[in-house]
Formats: sequence, structure tokens, C-alpha cells
Amino acid sequence: MTTAESLHRRRQIVSVAALSLATLATVFGLVWLVWILGTTFFQGLGALNVKLFTEMTPPPGQSGGLLNAFFGSFVMVLMAVVIGSPIGIAAGTFLAEYARGSRLGEVIRFVNDILLSAPSIVIGLFIYELVVRQAGHFSAYAGGFALAFILLPVVVRTTDEMLRLVPDVMREAALSLGIPRWKMINHVLYRAAKAGILTGVLLAIARISGETAPLLFTALNNQYWTSSLAEPMANIPVVIFQYAMSPYDAWHTLAWAGAFVMTLFVLALSIISRTILNPRKSDNA
Amino acid sequence: MSNRAVVVLDTPASQPVTARTTWLSDAAADRLFYWVVAGSAFFVLIALGAAALSMAWGGRLAFQTFGWRFFYGTEWDPVTRQFAAFVPIYGTIITSLISMIIAVPISLGIAVFLTEVAPRWMRGPVGTAIELLAGIPSIIYGMWGLFTFVPFMSDHVQPWLIDHIGPLPIIGPLFDGAPMGIGMLTAGIILGIMVIPFITAVMRDVFLVVPPALKESAYALGSTKWEVVKDVVIPYTRTAVVGGIFLGLGRALGETMAVTFVLGNAHNLSISLMEPGNSIAAAIANEFTEADSDIYLSSLIALGFVLFIVTFIVLAVAKLMLQRVARQKGE
Repeated sequence: MTTAESLHRRRQIVSVAALSLATLATVFGLVWLVWILGTTFFQGLGALNVKLFTEMTPPPGQSGGLLNAFFGSFVMVLMAVVIGSPIGIAAGTFLAEYARGSRLGEVIRFVNDILLSAPSIVIGLFIYELVVRQAGHFSAYAGGFALAFILLPVVVRTTDEMLRLVPDVMREAALSLGIPRWKMINHVLYRAAKAGILTGVLLAIARISGETAPLLFTALNNQYWTSSLAEPMANIPVVIFQYAMSPYDAWHTLAWAGAFVMTLFVLALSIISRTILNPRKSDNA
Repeated sequence: MSNRAVVVLDTPASQPVTARTTWLSDAAADRLFYWVVAGSAFFVLIALGAAALSMAWGGRLAFQTFGWRFFYGTEWDPVTRQFAAFVPIYGTIITSLISMIIAVPISLGIAVFLTEVAPRWMRGPVGTAIELLAGIPSIIYGMWGLFTFVPFMSDHVQPWLIDHIGPLPIIGPLFDGAPMGIGMLTAGIILGIMVIPFITAVMRDVFLVVPPALKESAYALGSTKWEVVKDVVIPYTRTAVVGGIFLGLGRALGETMAVTFVLGNAHNLSISLMEPGNSIAAAIANEFTEADSDIYLSSLIALGFVLFIVTFIVLAVAKLMLQRVARQKGE
């Protein structure tokens, strides 16, 4: 009796201890989140001022802003969206509508998922070989291509998933009216899955806005204003990298300011897209 | 009667013709659409192959010049143009290993907390918060690491490790040296934090699909909550859990910006985790724009090729394991 009781007590204690450890692990994870975001916001807020959006990146020892870098990032992200999302949506459509259950579809989905997690630096090297080396110089469009390749798998995957969520009844209803398949996809499926597909693009934008590694070898950096896509172009992530690694305090401050704006943008975008994507999941998962 | 019919027939003719004068028949348009979407899908397939090929091509000079020595040699000297990649490869492996040692138990803990311990109202917000860790751009981790975490390590953590673990017999040499803050230990910890959300997400999702009947049977036999997790939930989801860990490992191996800031970019091999080191991704990021000779550039691209192949294998294993689970679930 006593041994059974002590065994029972021991098991209870082990259970409580293990679950407490699990709780501690969660606290541990949240501490890092608060620490990292706290540092970024605290340092970034102190460095914010209007000059950030009105002046160019300064040479060492002078004050300035990040206008050309913001512009460059905007241009390259826009290029990536314009190039990458149509291809991504089309590829996702193929997977969901034409390759369902086929071996080919499985292979493409598999490859896409690997691209999704593949190191972004590798994409940078790929575009370097493909574009920069052929053209002979670094350029903004190379940066845009590199970002498009990172955006692509995210859009493919969400489009595929969202289209598969559309009930088959809708497809059958449209087809039974004699509407050709491409019209059915364009006018019925895309409309039904619009919010989901858009969310995929937003998530992808959030992802590429902070990408640094691929831009190091493609768009490089530019201290001056340029709107020519054939020239190296400044962009926020590379400027942050360069300035944070520099020995100048003024550059560090600018880097924090850039980091603050970028983080705010990226997190806002990913929170917004998550809430559009599944408003219900946040309650019970 | 006939008069009326004429009127009816007249109406469309009197207006500009609205009947379809498409230049493409429906069947042709359907085929065109098919080829557009199929072409895009093949583009994804080709992209992966092209990436691998272009790097193999870019790195061929290095592979030809150095042969197998490229993988086990330790000298990396732009002046004498001798390049061998053991130091960055070693650094990548060690930092990823440290990150896994940290991330796996923590992720397991968080997943258990989110599925078994936390009250229902807490699960959503806490889960989202952990996912936010994955949303922070990696350069922010790097910057935070350099300006905040490195000083913290060198002031508080590393002196303690050097004093208390340094003198120990076997693992002592790992924690030997000066508390500089930068190095593989710091990089590994930051990597660990970065991959926690990826592993957690997989574990949580598979823990949630364990059939309630299994868990309830165990409870009915008098199991404690922990015993249910340990003996029912984890064995049932083992394949997916390992898949999730591999997914995290794939992320850790290729992560660039976060480790570039804190590794120190030193091409010397040392046992101590506190000495500056290097990793494949960090070496490429740091040195690519400085590469002044063809063989230098080629060696860096060859490094990229090695990284690509390794992450491809790790991610493919992860994916296959997760797929197997999805198939068992009957999806």
C-alpha cells in the first residue's frame, strides 16, 4: 500500500515537473521574442527622425537618412511581386487544378517545398551566376529577380492550398454551364480564393522585405540615388548590414532606425496576412 | 406572326454585333491556359535544377584545382590563392549542432505546453507569439546579436563557462579561451532561437492530430499527463517530430545573416566554441564582394554548391518524413 502510494506520488511529481519544464520552455521562447523586439524598438525609436525619409545615405561622419535605400527596397520588392506572383499563381493553379493526385504534381510540390526552405544565400549565388556574371555588373534587376525566386515558392504553395479549399461543387456548377475550364478558373476559382491568394502574396512580401543575403551579390549597394534598374541600387537590408558592421556610431544609429522600420513593416504584414488567412484558427489552435 | 418574328430577329442585327468574335476558340484557349500554368509549374522544377547546375558550373574551377582537398584541407588564403573549405564546413556543422541542442528540447517543451498544459484561451496568442519569432528578418537577429547578445555573452555567460566548465576534463576544451562574446557558441544559440518556431509549428500541428481515443485510453489506465505525452503522443508522432527537427536543421545550416554578424569570420580551426570561427554561409556573405581572383570567387561558389546539396538532402529527408505522416493520416 505504502509503496503503491509513494509510486503514485512519484509519478505525479515527475509529471508536474515535466510540465513545468514545458511551461518554462515557453517562457524561455517568449523572453527572446521580447528581448529582440524590445531592443529593436527601443534603439530604433530613439533613432527615428524625419531626415530618415528625406535624405540620402550619408558618407562616414555626416548625417543623413535612408531615402535611397527605402526607394531601392520598394523597387526591388515591387519587381519581385510583378515577376514572381503571376508565375507563382499559375504554377499553384497547375498543382491544384491539373496535377491533382498525379506523380508530376507530387514532384513539383516536393521541389517547391524544398525551395521554400532553401537557404536564400544560395538563390543569391544562383542569380549572380545567371544575371550578374552575364551582364558583367551588379544591378537592381538582378536583385529583383533574386527576390522573385524567394517569393515564388511561397505564392505557389498558398495558391495551391487555397484553390484546393474551394469546394468541387463550384467547379462542377461552372463546367456544367458549358464554361470552358480556363474561364471557370479565372472567373470562379480565383474569385473564390482571392483573399487566400492575396494573403500568400502578402506573406511572401513580408518574407522578401527582410532578405539580405541574396541582395549582397545581386543589387549590392549604392550610396547615391539611382532610379536606373541597370545600376547597383541601395536597399534597406544591405544598408543595415553595412552600417551595423561599420565602426561609426552615426551609421549604427541609422542601421537601428532602418531595422526598426523594416521589422515593423514585416511584422505588421505577417500579422495582417495571418488574420486574413485563418481568423478561426487563432481561437482553437 | 411573321412580322413579329422579323422584329425579334432584327434587334440584334441593328446593334453592333455582340456575339463572340474571339480570335481563339474555347478549346484552343483551354489548351493555351493549360500550357501557361504547366509551364509555370515546370519553371519551379527547372529553377531548382538550374540553381544546382549554375553553382556546380561556377564552382568547377575550384573543384578542378583543389579536388577532394577542397573538403578536408584547412587553409583559406586569398594571397597564395589556396582554398579549402574544412573550416567553414566544420563551423556550419558545429553551429547547427549547438542550435539543435537548444532548439529541440525547447520546441518540444513549447509544443507540449501549447497542446497539453496551457489553458485554451492562452494557446492562440502564445502560439502566434512564438510564430512571430519566425517572422523577424534574420538580419535583425544578427544585429541584435552583435550589439546586445554578444556583450551579454562576454560579460555574463562566457566568464562563468570558462571558470566552471573550462577546467572539466573532456568537455573543458570546448569552453576554453577569452570571453570575446563572438564565436560559434553565440552563433549557435542565436540559430537555435531562430529555428525554434519552425520546429515548434510542426510538433504542435502533429500533436494536435493524435486521436483523442488513444490519449483517453491512457488516462483511463491511470497515466499522468506527462506519461501520456511521453508514451502515447510522442511515439505516435515520432516520424513527424523527426521530420520537423530536420526541417529546423535545414534552416539552421543555411542561415546567413544572423551568424555572419557574430561568428567573427576567422579561418582558423579551433576546438573552443568561444573562438571566432566561420560557416559556409557567413564566408560567402563576408567575402563574396571582396573576391579578387577567379579561383577565389569559384571557391566561394563551390562552397555555396556544397551548402545547397547538404540542405537539399536534409530538407528532402524532412519532407519525406512529414509526407509519410500526412499519408498515414489519409490526406
